[in-house]
Amino acid sequence: MTAAIEFRGVSRIYGEVRAVDDVSFSVEPGEFFAMLGPSGSGKTTCLRLVAGFDTPDRGQILLEGEDVSSTPPYDRNVNTVFQDYALFPHMTVLQNVAYGPRVRGVAVAEREQRAREMLDLVQLGAQGERRPAQLSGGQRQRVALARALINHPKVLLLDEPLGALDLKLREEMQIELKSLQKKLGITFVYVTHDQGEALSMADRVAVFNKGKIEQLAAPRELYQGPATSFVARFVGSANVADAALAQKLGVGAPFAIRAENIDVHAEAQSTPADHMAAPGAVLAVQFHGAASRWQIQLDAGGIWSALVPEEETRRLNGLAAGARVRISWPRDAAVTLRG
Amino acid sequence: MRAASTFFWRRPYWYFALLLVPPLLWFGTVYLGSLFALLAQSFYRIDDFTAQIVREPTLATYKQLVTQPANVDIVVRTVTMAIAVTIACAMIALPIATYMARYATGRVKAFFYVGVMLPMWTSYLVKVYAWRQLLAKEGIIAWFLGKLGLTGVLDALLATPGIGGPSLSSSFIGMFLVFVYMWLPFMILPMAAALERVPGSLLQASADLGARPSQTFRNVVLPLAVPGIAAGSVFTFSLTLGDYIIPSVVGAPGYFIGMMVYVQQGTAGNIPLAAAFSVVPVILIFVYLSIAKRFGAFDAL
Repeated sequence: MTAAIEFRGVSRIYGEVRAVDDVSFSVEPGEFFAMLGPSGSGKTTCLRLVAGFDTPDRGQILLEGEDVSSTPPYDRNVNTVFQDYALFPHMTVLQNVAYGPRVRGVAVAEREQRAREMLDLVQLGAQGERRPAQLSGGQRQRVALARALINHPKVLLLDEPLGALDLKLREEMQIELKSLQKKLGITFVYVTHDQGEALSMADRVAVFNKGKIEQLAAPRELYQGPATSFVARFVGSANVADAALAQKLGVGAPFAIRAENIDVHAEAQSTPADHMAAPGAVLAVQFHGAASRWQIQLDAGGIWSALVPEEETRRLNGLAAGARVRISWPRDAAVTLRG
Repeated sequence: MRAASTFFWRRPYWYFALLLVPPLLWFGTVYLGSLFALLAQSFYRIDDFTAQIVREPTLATYKQLVTQPANVDIVVRTVTMAIAVTIACAMIALPIATYMARYATGRVKAFFYVGVMLPMWTSYLVKVYAWRQLLAKEGIIAWFLGKLGLTGVLDALLATPGIGGPSLSSSFIGMFLVFVYMWLPFMILPMAAALERVPGSLLQASADLGARPSQTFRNVVLPLAVPGIAAGSVFTFSLTLGDYIIPSVVGAPGYFIGMMVYVQQGTAGNIPLAAAFSVVPVILIFVYLSIAKRFGAFDAL
């Protein structure tokens, strides 16, 4: 099967900065594909390259097997939901949604009919005559979605679409977007810096750092088996032992261990044979409801955090900031990193 | 000091009053006051025998303005010129403003903004008299057209009845050129300001949805530039309506509203008629803005 999107050795260089640095990957048809990374990691540039707002300096971009590296945006069968929604302020909601068919020469009656269907799809059927300025953030988001979907694109690009919404609305929209994607069977490419969003929605996630893809994997694999210290930290908020720290702890290669796999004990207590242990001092204990996050300064160097269930924290009663402790973790929970 | 601060913090209305009353007094007296004084003057009339102003409310002066063919001619001539100048300015300004606001960056952008404003820093009179020399029968423009072998075209243009004349400097065409030159910055700057405010993502969204650049320009850029065009056209329109120097230095004989105001309040001593003439632009601009609003020119603001 031909890939919906394929990057072949794509680079985009702005002056001295390699925004995208020799990146290759492909997105399968119908896939929910997330591009995750901090700002400036190259994920948004990749999205712009797919949309056609930017052209690669090197390499090729293929849409359904066809090289579109120098095709203008208006001749590509992809549509974008913009971070700021980019709704036309001088048009009504209905006119905004009908814009795609309008510029492609579809007659008024037909394009308005289609626009109404799209508005019904995003549950805004009654808002067609209003202006974007009269809508709430969540409603504008839906209009932007309806406008991008009306041309029946092969690929829908979403650039941090939920970034401007509050937490509750964001969670609702995540579920809705996912079910919409299943229903329409369109390939979604979703750019975000929120690892929770990427892990909960995507079929596969590409983690970007400094213009390159650090790891491309399914969410579970990414969380449980991070390949690099960057992925371990960014995706799993895991504790990372770099080469030097690993050596001090008696391990040959750098490794990551997630906070929920770390136990905290009084300093004198011994640890089971299948566990590794390290002494340290408590820096802070933050209450998070069902669990508390303990920040611990290791004697070997580095600040690690442990996610300790509430009853366990109660058992450790009396240990507070400044106290000496011993942390331990199961050997098989440590993930060896390649860098 | 602290006590005074606390006093105003607790009584915000006193604070606003302190800040607003002086400028409002100034604005009310100097701007609106003089405008209403002018309006009031236009409802007086001049006694034909004594040449004294009769301070009784009457519509006689307005009647004189709208019934005497010579006066009507002046209004029609001025308004026609103002409309032509406004349309020409808008057409020339749009590509320049679009380039300045949407494409130019850094030094090029600064160069354009300074370049547009630079002519406004020199004396208005110097520019008008300079233009008279440029447009003269033996002037550089006629000479250059002659070198290009286009003297025939210029002669044909000057032979056009109504707008032609013996030379560019003594024709309405020449006057039109000077007006367009003078007021062009007043059109470019508000238009560029309106276009600067258009987020780049709107243009990307338009292209993304399948619009070719020409369609994006027509459907997105132009409608969002309309408030700027409206603001700029108010400048070019009202400046042309009120000007009396350009029509008296360059162009064909025939009074313009501004010249009429000058003549009536000066040599003729007919202040009421001068006032009535100067109310005409106020009414025209008001009508123009109402129509522009009706057509949604300010919806995108």
